[in-house]
This record gives sequence, structure tokens and C-alpha cells, in this order.
Amino acid sequence: MSDSIWIILTGSLVAISCGLLGCFLILRKMAMVGDAISHAVLPGIVIAYLVSGDRVGILPLVGAAAVGLFAAVMIEWLYRKARLQTDASIGITFTWLFAIGVIITSYFSGKIDLDQECILYGEIAYVPLDLIIDSAGNSFGPRPFWILLTVLTLIVGFIIVGYRGLFLTTFDPGFAAALGISTAFWHYSLMGAVSLTTVVSFESVGAVLVVAFLVVLPATAYLLTDDFKRMLVITSILGVTSAIGGYYLALIFDGSIAGAMTIAAGVQFAFALFFSPSKGILINRIKAGDIPSTGSLSRQDFPLGNKQ
Amino acid sequence: MSNFWNDPNAIIVLLGTVLLSMGAAVVGNFTFLRKRALVGDAVAHSVLPGICVAFLISGSKDPIWLMLGAVIAGWISLLVMDFIIRKTRLKADTATGLVLSVFFGLGIFMLTSIQHSGNASQTGLDKFLFGNAASMMERDVYIFAGTAVILLILTLVFYRPFRLVSFNREFAESIGMPVWFYEFLLSTMTVLAVASGIQAVGVVLMAALLITPAAAGRYWTDKLPIMMLLSALFAGISAWGGTWVSFAVPSMPTGPWIIMFLSIIAITSILIAPQRGIVARNRLRRRNESKILRENILKTFYYLGQANRDFKIPRTAQDLLEIRGFSVKELQLGLRLESKIGNLVRNGNGWALSDEGLAESFRIVRLHRLWEMYLNKRLHLKPDHVHQGAEAIEHVITPELEKLLEEELGHPTLDPHQSEIPYLP
Repeated sequence: MSDSIWIILTGSLVAISCGLLGCFLILRKMAMVGDAISHAVLPGIVIAYLVSGDRVGILPLVGAAAVGLFAAVMIEWLYRKARLQTDASIGITFTWLFAIGVIITSYFSGKIDLDQECILYGEIAYVPLDLIIDSAGNSFGPRPFWILLTVLTLIVGFIIVGYRGLFLTTFDPGFAAALGISTAFWHYSLMGAVSLTTVVSFESVGAVLVVAFLVVLPATAYLLTDDFKRMLVITSILGVTSAIGGYYLALIFDGSIAGAMTIAAGVQFAFALFFSPSKGILINRIKAGDIPSTGSLSRQDFPLGNKQ
Repeated sequence: MSNFWNDPNAIIVLLGTVLLSMGAAVVGNFTFLRKRALVGDAVAHSVLPGICVAFLISGSKDPIWLMLGAVIAGWISLLVMDFIIRKTRLKADTATGLVLSVFFGLGIFMLTSIQHSGNASQTGLDKFLFGNAASMMERDVYIFAGTAVILLILTLVFYRPFRLVSFNREFAESIGMPVWFYEFLLSTMTVLAVASGIQAVGVVLMAALLITPAAAGRYWTDKLPIMMLLSALFAGISAWGGTWVSFAVPSMPTGPWIIMFLSIIAITSILIAPQRGIVARNRLRRRNESKILRENILKTFYYLGQANRDFKIPRTAQDLLEIRGFSVKELQLGLRLESKIGNLVRNGNGWALSDEGLAESFRIVRLHRLWEMYLNKRLHLKPDHVHQGAEAIEHVITPELEKLLEEELGHPTLDPHQSEIPYLP
């Protein structure tokens, strides 16, 4: 298979993993917590690189994900125990951990295969070079692809197995608590999954662009449907299309592939924003124009989901 | 580090970072109070494409051009966020993350595209990602100093309306203030602070420069002017520390170290600040819990003695447990503390009230029963509904309040349950 296929496949895997988890995040109003975790895992990743050289195994990655979980705990601690407002709790936590990560990276700059730019936007273009080759010389494709596929499988498994708990604690925490479902358990499970995904995606797309997939894809899907399961499916499809679109955009303008995939996701969002069949701003204006005299009530006036 | 002060370059960089950080910290107080820390983060990420476009148009890295581009892009990002929140059902956090990542992705894309095109003068544009304090020139410092001064003057001139808009927007609106104007001004100042501040710490860490100093200051005071002074001080110290570290160890980046110092100051403040800090708050809570426990123990001695009107009989822990549900461990602790204070005296297997302890137990039961009386007589609660309230408030009533209660109720001798309200003879 050619390099471009591997890059698109890798991008799609990252996009789908992040997008699926992002659906829960944005409905829990935790989009920025996802953003924070994606930055906060940096020190963990750097240490994982230091420990295991340029070929980071699964175990160091899980260790790195623990740092993301630590960030989630610290945010909660600042908010509940120190009574700091949410936005400041998030802001202080992730900037501190990210700064630590950058400092360690600089200190060991000669020893690890990570530089400051890679931290921010990854090196998906190098994915096809990192092949798994057995002793007989057969190539099994790029290593990141297989790691990401494993993680995606884990996440899909997590969502299927924990669907009831995740769904209830997302949409009706009070009802979930009444049923004896632990909100804290599902909160931290979700945070753990986000941490793991971020860590694994980091190599390919970097810190900030993980956020694009965590937030932009689910936000787009949310404008297209009112059904949560459908939202998960649409998010996955949008992930693949943004990976394909982004790849060719990057090819044309010779820019960062990850950045281009973000732009593609942004363009998809803009389309949904204006032309979504049920919620698009322009579509609604046109619909409203059909019935001029009776003050137009658009779908937006009756939001579903857990808007409060 | 004597040669630090002899190096004119180091002094320039130091001046630049300190001014930038302090300017951002002062504006950041309002960002913090308006709970828009993450909006500041989004703006910081969003200025990147503006910087790239400014570079492409002007063909130079002149900080004035780049700042102009940054301010315009920052403002556009604010408008887009606002538009998404108003026009769709997406929440503020989603809109913030969305704008942040798409603008930043666009910026990264343009940046890499410019780099790959081999434009010779572009080197250093990527410094905006993590700040380029070390390469600051004298002229840059004038520009940042100017920006910081503008921000400070605006803050001083509009201090009162800014404060009102930040604390109570609805009230400001209701008295006919042009809130939109002050919000516009505050947002513009935030964008300006971000556009200049990223020179020191870069786009990713800019949010910290805005809000971490303010958050740290908040733990030490309830007064906004002091909070602003403190935050500026914290930012200045951190900027100085960060610059010094990167000067002493050249491989070390300035921006992340500034944030490192800031975070340490903030976390320390959160932990140890008097009153609002976690340690102080926990200590206060424990002290209250201990006081309530000890007072409940003395009260139990009174209840055990009231049938025979003999309050000084020694009681064992078992006796006390029979009429009140303490945990054994906390009971032991409370008994030990009270005998240390001198309210209880060890007597064989048990403890007995001392004279002071007797007075104290009378006082608590008196407060309890006075309050029950008050609830019954003045709030017309039924006698069987007054105990719970009194259990809580008996530990809080001051002697002044006690006097008022007695006068209000006409010095009663019996409570609603016809039990005696005890006074020492």
C-alpha cells in the first residue's frame, strides 16, 4: 500500500477515536477538559520517550496516560477543595503540566526524538516510515497504525460495554445517581479513555490538533442529528472525510497534514452550521421565509439534549 | 549571577518579559473575574493565522505588523465564538474548543506552508508557538512597554466601570451603563494583552499569563486593587525568574519557566494563603468539628446528670455512648482534649465535670433550650420540630446573642419541652 493510504488511515483512526469520546465530552460540557488533558499528558509522553527510546511501547504509553488522569483529578481538586472557578482550574492545570513537559523536552533535547514543534502538530507524514517488520523481512504496515487500531477497538469496546453508564451520567446525572450508577466512576473512566487516546494520537497529530477531533467533529454531528447513537456514527464518518480532505489539502499547499485535517474538519462544521437540514442557519432562514407572517420558530428554539 | 546584570541584552529581554507579563496579569484580573480564562486561551491560539497573514502581506517580522495581524485574528475568533453560541445549541465550552483548534490548525497549516516555501526571512515565525523572549530587540521592548502602559492607563481610567461590569453585569446594564462598550474595551484589551504576551510565553501557555496571577492573587485578598497589585507582582517575579533561568541555562526556554514559576506561586497560594487557602480552611473546619464534638460531650454529661440534679458524678465512655451516638474513637479524642483543657477530670474508670466544665455544659444546654424556645415562640414551630435546629446553632451563638435571646423571650426558665433552662446558682 502506498504512503498516502497509511497516512489517511492513521488520521481516520485518530479522528474516530477522538470523535467518539468527544461526543460524550461536548454533551457533558467538558470540551475544554478534553483540551486540557490533551496538553497535560505532555510530561508523561516525554518521560515515556526517555524511558523507552524512539520506539515507545504500550506500557510507557499507559503510564503517560496516567498523567492525563492526574490532570483530571487536579482540576476536580482545585474546583471542589480549593473552590477555584472551573475555567481557572482547567487553565492553571494544563498550562502548568504543559510547561513542565516543554521544559523536560528542552532539557533532554539531545536524547529524545521529540521537538517542540512535534509536540504541537505531530509528524503524521512520518507514519509510513515506522514499519513493523518481522525477522523474515515481511512488512506489516506502520506501527502507529496498529497501536491506534488497538486503541480504537478498546474505545469502541468501552463505549459498547459502558454505554448505559456513560449515557445516563451524561444526560441525566441525577437519575443515574438514583439508579446507583457512580457519576465519579464514569467521569474518571471517560477521562482515562481521553488520556489514553490523546497520548497515542500525540505522535501523529500533536497536542492541539487532537482537540480539533475531540471537539469539532462531535460539534458538527450535533448540528446534524438529535439521536445520540446517530451522532456517534456521523462523527466517525466525518472523521474519515476530514482525514481524506485534509490529506489532499496538505498535498496541494505543502503544509502540515494535521493542520490541514483540522481545516477540513472546520470546513465541515461551517457547512453544517449554515446548511444542516434541521438546524442550519441559512436553511432555517429560508424555511422561515416560506411562512412570512407567523413569527418563525426554528428548531433551535427547542433544543434537545441537556442544554440547561 | 553578576554577569546577568552586565549583559545589556539580558536586561532588555528581562525588561520586555517583565512588562509583558505584568500588563497581561493586570488585564487578566478582569478575564478571571468574568470567568473567561478559557476564552483567553482560545484567543491566544487563534492569533496564529493572523500573524501568518500579517507576515505574508507585509513580508516582514516587524512586531507592529505581526501584532496588528494578531489583534485582528483574535477579534475575529471572539466574534466567531459569540456567533456560534448565539446561533446554535452548542455550549460555550464547545464553541471555545472549536474555534481554538480550527484557528490554531489553520495557523499551523499556514506556518508550515510558509516554512516549506523556503522564505528566507521566515525563520523565527514559529517562535510564536513557545515565545521568543530570548531574541527580543530593543525596539521590540519599546513596543511591548508601550502596550503595557496603554493597558495600565486604560485599566486605571475605566477601573470603576470595568469592576462593575465584571462583578455584576446585570446591575450595570440596569442602571443604563453602556455595558457593550466596556465589554468591547475589555475584550480588546485582552486581545492586545494576548497579542503582546505571546512574544514572551507563546500561544499555548498564554492563558496562564492571563489568569494564573489573578487566581493566585485572589487567594490572598477580597479587594480588587490589592488582587491586581499582587497579580502584577507575581507575574513580574515569575517573568524575572524565567528570564534568569534561560539566561543561566541557555537550553532552557523562557516562557515555560515563567509559567512554571507562576504555577508554583499559584499552587502555594492556593495551599497556604490565610483564610481562603486549603490548609487554613481545613484547619478551621477541623477546629469547628472539634469544638462541636467537645461541646456535645459536655452536654451529654449534663443530660446524664439532670434526672438526679447531680452533674458531677463520674461517667464512663460507655455511659455517654448509651445516650448519644458518638463514634468510640472521636469520643476518646474529645474526652482527652476536654481533660487537657480542664473541663473534665479523670476519675477512676471515668471522667467527671470540673467546675469550669460544669459551667460550660450549663451554657451549652442553656443555649440549646433558649433557641428551642425562640423557634417555638417566635417562629411558631411545634416543640417536636425545634431540636434539630438547636443542635446546630448552639455551637455558634455568641454571649451577645444569648443576652438578646433572653431579653426577647423575657428570661424564660423552662424550654418548650418543660425542661429547665439551666443557670448556675
